[in-house]
Amino acid sequence: MNRVDGYGRIDRSRTLRFTFDGTVYTGHPGDTLASALLAHGVRVVGSSIKLGRPRGITAAWNDDATGLVQIEEPFPEPMLLASTVELTDGLVAGGVNGQGRLATVADTARYDRRHTHCDTLVVGAGPAGLLAARTAARRGERVVLVDDRREAGGSLAPTDRIDGRAAHRFVADVVAELAGYTDVLHLQRTTAFGHYDDGFVLALQRRTDHLGSDAPGHLSRQRVHRIRARRTVVAAGAHERPVAFADNDRPGIMLASAGREYLLRYGVLVGREVAVFTTDDAAYAAAADLAGAGARVTLFDARTTTPAHWTRACTDTGVTVRAGTVVTGTEAGPDGAVTAVRTGPAPGGDPAGGTTTPCDTLLVSGGWTPAAHLFSHIRGTLVFDDALGAFRPGGAVAGTEVIGAANGTLDLAGCLAEGAGAQAPSVAPEPERVPTLVTWWTPGDPARQFVDLARDATVADITRALDAGMRSVEHVKRYTTIGTAHDQGRTSGMIAAGITAELLGRSAGDLGTTTFRPPYVPVAFGALAGRERGDLFDPVRTTAVHPWHVAHGAVFEDVGQWKRPRYFPRPGEDMDTAVLRECAAARRDVAIMDGSTLGKIDVQGPDAGEFLDRVYTNMMSSLRVGRVRYGVMCGNDGMVGDDGTVLRLAEDHYLLTTTTGGAATVLGHLEDWLQTEWPHLRVHLTSVTEHWAVFPVVGPRSRELLRQVFPDLDASNDAFGFMSWQDTALDGVPVRLARISFSGELAYEVNVDSRYGLALWERLVAAGAHLGITPYGTETMHVLRAEKGFPIIGQDTDGTVTPHDLGMSWVVSAKKDDFVGKRSFARPENNDPQRKHLVGLLPTDAATRLPEGAQIVEFAADGTLPPPPVPMLGHITSSYLSAELDRPFALALVKGGRARIGEVVHVPHEGSLVAAEITGHVLVDPEGARRDG
Amino acid sequence: MTAETRPLRPAHPLESWEPAFAALTREVAAQGGDLVLEPAPQARATDLRLDPAGPARPAVAAALGAGLPTHPNTWTATDDGEIVWLGPDEWLVTSRYARPDAAEPALRPLVAGHGGAAVDVTGQRVALRLRGRLARELLALGCALDLHPSAFPGGHCAQTLLGQAGVLLLALGDGDDYLIHVRSSFAGYLAEWLLDAATEFRGAAPAAGT
Amino acid sequence: MQLIDCPWCGPREELEFHYGGQAHVSYPPDPQALTDEQWGHFVFFRDNPKGPFPERWVHGAGCRRWFNAVRDTRTHEFLAVYPIGAARPGVPGGDA
Ligand SMILES: [Zn+2]
Repeated sequence: MNRVDGYGRIDRSRTLRFTFDGTVYTGHPGDTLASALLAHGVRVVGSSIKLGRPRGITAAWNDDATGLVQIEEPFPEPMLLASTVELTDGLVAGGVNGQGRLATVADTARYDRRHTHCDTLVVGAGPAGLLAARTAARRGERVVLVDDRREAGGSLAPTDRIDGRAAHRFVADVVAELAGYTDVLHLQRTTAFGHYDDGFVLALQRRTDHLGSDAPGHLSRQRVHRIRARRTVVAAGAHERPVAFADNDRPGIMLASAGREYLLRYGVLVGREVAVFTTDDAAYAAAADLAGAGARVTLFDARTTTPAHWTRACTDTGVTVRAGTVVTGTEAGPDGAVTAVRTGPAPGGDPAGGTTTPCDTLLVSGGWTPAAHLFSHIRGTLVFDDALGAFRPGGAVAGTEVIGAANGTLDLAGCLAEGAGAQAPSVAPEPERVPTLVTWWTPGDPARQFVDLARDATVADITRALDAGMRSVEHVKRYTTIGTAHDQGRTSGMIAAGITAELLGRSAGDLGTTTFRPPYVPVAFGALAGRERGDLFDPVRTTAVHPWHVAHGAVFEDVGQWKRPRYFPRPGEDMDTAVLRECAAARRDVAIMDGSTLGKIDVQGPDAGEFLDRVYTNMMSSLRVGRVRYGVMCGNDGMVGDDGTVLRLAEDHYLLTTTTGGAATVLGHLEDWLQTEWPHLRVHLTSVTEHWAVFPVVGPRSRELLRQVFPDLDASNDAFGFMSWQDTALDGVPVRLARISFSGELAYEVNVDSRYGLALWERLVAAGAHLGITPYGTETMHVLRAEKGFPIIGQDTDGTVTPHDLGMSWVVSAKKDDFVGKRSFARPENNDPQRKHLVGLLPTDAATRLPEGAQIVEFAADGTLPPPPVPMLGHITSSYLSAELDRPFALALVKGGRARIGEVVHVPHEGSLVAAEITGHVLVDPEGARRDG
Repeated sequence: MTAETRPLRPAHPLESWEPAFAALTREVAAQGGDLVLEPAPQARATDLRLDPAGPARPAVAAALGAGLPTHPNTWTATDDGEIVWLGPDEWLVTSRYARPDAAEPALRPLVAGHGGAAVDVTGQRVALRLRGRLARELLALGCALDLHPSAFPGGHCAQTLLGQAGVLLLALGDGDDYLIHVRSSFAGYLAEWLLDAATEFRGAAPAAGT
Repeated sequence: MQLIDCPWCGPREELEFHYGGQAHVSYPPDPQALTDEQWGHFVFFRDNPKGPFPERWVHGAGCRRWFNAVRDTRTHEFLAVYPIGAARPGVPGGDA
C-alpha cells in the first residue's frame, strides 16, 4: 500500500470498493481511478496500440498519454483516462489493450445542453482564474467560472500561502465570496473544450459521473454549456513537458508534477526508490515532497547550475542531487515497469555522469507548456518563448485574455497579479530561479525514444517524415500521427515541434507549431447530441387529425418532418392490399385523405396578380375571383421548383398551395423576389399552412357526400364547376370548398380552420359511412396521381427538369413578357430533343413492379447488357401497382422519351433485364372524362 | 349524439398534454420548485401588415385600443390580448375573446387601402404559458437567447428557436413568466421537449455548482 | 456558432439565418435582350473572392427579412450589415 498518512484531500473515513482487471481494490472519496490504482501499486494499466508495449499512468490529469481504461460499470465506456475518472463505489474497469469497446446497449443516461450568457467567462479556477472571476464579480458583472477539476485551486500546494493564510483557505474564501453573487455561475468538473467566434465557448460539465451508480436519473449525466461571453479569460494553466529518451514509455515513468500531485492531493507515494530527471526548478519541489514522505530520491538535473534554494530544500530531506546529468535510457523488470535509469553527462556536464541507478519510479520534467488551446482555437497567434521552451500567446484576440501559467507566467505572485491587478493578495517572494535548459531529447536509440506515447510514435518516426520530404510541423503531425490521439498532443506536441526543428536545423519559433483545434478533451457523442436523440432527434410535425390517424391504425411515413398516414391497413392487409383497396374506393366510391400538410401562402395586395405572374410560369392575374388554377414555379435556370394550386379569393387576394416539403422553401423564394428584386410591388405574403386543415374528398360519390354534409351548398356541376371554390359554413364555422382533383376523379378539397379540423374530419367520415367512405394515405394518393401522369415535384423531378420535359408546355405562358425561368427556356440546352422526358413505362409482362430509381437501357434482343459503360437512357421515378389498370406501371424520365412512345426498353432488375414499353404518361382517363363525376 | 351530428367545436392541439403538464407542476412543487406549464387559452390571431409610417397605423391602434409597438422584439397589451412585433411592417394581433374588431374582416379594410394586409392565422399557432422561478432555467436548456431580465424583460419578445422548433417567445414578466407561441404542427414536439427538459426539476436539486 | 447581426432583431445565432449568395447581382431589366452567354453568366456565375464579400442573408427563423452583409471569407467575420437596395459600404480592409 502506497498511501501515506497525513497527505491528501481524500476522505479516508469512507472506503469505496472497485474492480480493475478482475481484482477488487479499495479507495476513498476524492480518489481518481489512477490514484487508487497507484495506491495499490498497480503500475501497468494496459498496452500500447501499435507495439503492444506495457503502459502505465504518466500524469495526474488529462495530460496522461497512456493510462487508458475501459469502464464496464456503471455503464460501458471506452478509452477514458484513469487519471480523470473519479472513483465511485462499485466501479468496474479494465486496462485498454489496443482499442476500447463501445457499449452494445443504448445509454440510458440523460445528456443536455444549456445556453449560458455572461460578461466575463473565466476558464480555470487556479489562483489566476479565481481572482479574475472575483475581480469581475466585484465589478457587478455576470460571471461564469469553469474549472475541470473536482475542486478549485489549480496547482496550489498545501504548503503555499496567500495573504498570510494557507492557500486552500484563501481559495475557499474566494469560492465562498463568488457563491454569494446572484449572477456568478461557478462550475467545477467542467472543461471548456472549444472556443469559437463571437465569444462562444463550449464547456462539458460532468454532473453525475462522480456519483457512480447513485447518480440520480432526473439529472443529465453530462451537460454541454454553450457559453456566450463578452470577454473570455483563459486561465487554463500549463502542461508539464516530458523529455524523450530511450524507453521513456515504461510504466513507472511519469511527469514530476504528477508524482507530487499524487502525494499532495491523494496521499499516494508513487514510489519508494524515486529518480527525478529535470531541466528546470519545479521538479525539485516534487523531489523534496516525495523524500519528505519517505521515498529515497535521486535528482538528475540537466543543468550544470542548480537552484540554490531548492537544492538546499532537497538535500535537507535527503535527496541526492546530480547536476549536469541527463537520463538516456531505462531498464525494466518482468512486468515491463521501470527498474533503473541510465544516465549520462549533459552537454558541458560531468563526463563521468554515465551510470545506472536503480529505481521503481522515474519522474520527468522538461519544463512547462502553456495551455493556450482556447486562445489558439480562435486564431490567436502563438509565439515561441525561448526561456519557456514553449509557445505562448502572442498578439491580441479581441475579447480574449490569457493569464497565469497559460500565458507563460509560472510564478504564483505573477499569476495572482494577472488575475487581480492591484488588488492581488501578497505572497512570499519566489526563490531565485535557474533558467530552464530546454531539452527535447537526450542521446540514445531514436526508435525507442517515444514522442507520442499514445500513438507509439518515436523520434525515428519524425526522422522518417523528414526523410520523406516533410518540412512543416503540420505535415509531420499527419505523417507520424503525433498529437492526434485522445490527448491531442498536450504533452507530445511541443517536443515533437522542438525535435523537428532541431533535426531541420531551424529554430522552434521559426518552424512554428500546429494549430490547436477543438475539442480540447474528448467529448462523448451523447453529450454533443444532448436531448436530440430518440423521439426528439428531429421535430415531428403532426396535423390536427393526427390523433384520429393513430387511433385508426394508420401506418405513417415521414415527409420532411411531417408524419403522414401512408395507408390505413385493415386487419390482415399488407400495404399493397390496402393501397389497392383505397385506390379502388377513390375511383369507384368516395375516399378522404388528410392533405393538411400542403404548404399554404396567403398573398394580399393590389399587385398580387402582377407578382404571381412573375413567379409562376403561367398567368395568374387573369384568374377570375372564385376560380382555381394549377401553377408551376421555376428557378432562373428554368427548372421546376414547386407546383400547386392558386385560388383567387378577391381582386387583391390569393391563396397558394405548395408541396408539403416545399412550403418553407417556396415562401422563402417568394419573399426573396419580393424583398430584394421587387420591393415596389405592394404585396404581402403570410404562411397559413397550419391555419387551414385540408381534406381532399375524392371519388364519383364525393358530390353526394358534400351535399349531405353541407346542405346550403349548390354542388351541381354548373354552380360549382371544376377548378372553382366556394365558401360555406357548418354549425357557423366557415368552410371553404374547392373543386381540385389530383386523381382525375370528381373531387373536392374541404378547408377549415385547423382547430375544427378533427371535428370536421370526424363529421365527414361519419356522414360518408353509408357511401363506404375510405380514408387513404400518401401511397394511394401517389398511385392515383401517377395513373393520371401528374408529377410529384421532388420525386419525378430532381432540379434538372423543365415544365416541357414534364410534358406540361401548356403551363408555360407564351403571352407574358417575362417570368422567373422564361429566358432559360430559350437556351439551346433546354430545347435539345434528347432531354429526358417524363413518360409512362409498362413492363411488358404486366407483372413486374420495377423499383423506383432503376436505370433504363436500350432493349437488347439477346437479353444481355452491352459492355460497360452501358449507355443510360434514364431512370424510373415512380412505380406502383394499379387497381384501375390491374397491372404495375411506372413513370420515368427517358432521353427523348416522347419520341420513343411505343418502343420497348430494358430495365435491369434483380439480375435480369425486364422489358418495358414506353407510353404516354397519362395512363388512366386520358380524355379527362371523370373529373365532373 | 353521433359524430355525424355533434356540433363542430374547436380542439386545442395540446389538450391531451394537460395531464402531463399538471403532473410536472405537481412533481416540481413537491421538490420545492416552482414551474407551471399549461396550454394558453386559444386566442383569435391576425397577422397584420402595414407601413408603420403610413395612415393605417393610427386607425388600427384606435380600433385595437392599443398602439402597435414599433421597437423590434417588443409587444404591447390590449384588453384581451397582445400586439406583437414580428417585423418592421408586421404584427401579430391576438384576442382571447375573439373580439370582432381585432379580426381579419374588421382589420383588412383599415389597411388594405394603404397597401397593408390582414390574415386570419388563428389556427396557425398555439401558445403555451410557462411561469415560475424555474421557467427561465428551463428555457435556457433550449433557447440560445439571453433571457436574463436585464436583456429580456417583460414586454420583450423574440422569434427564435426553442429546442428545434421555431417559437415566438413573449416575456410577460421579468424572468418568470413567458408565453410561447409555436406553429400548431410543432406543438406536440415542443410539449414533449419541454416535459423532457423539465425532468431536471422533478427530483432533488443538484448540489451547488451542478 | 457565429452571431449575425440582424438589422432588425440584433445579434442572433447563425442557424437562424439562411445564406442567399452574392449581393448586388440584379435581375436583368430585359432578360430576353441578353445573349445566351450573358444570361448563363447571370444565372450560373458568381464571384468567389478571398476577403470582403457582399452577400445576401435572410433572418429565416426570426423576422424573415432579407438584408445584405459584407463578410470576410477568410475569417467569416461580418464587417457590415446594410439594407437591400443600399450601396455596399466601405469596410476596413475591404476593396470597395
Ligand atoms: Zn431579424
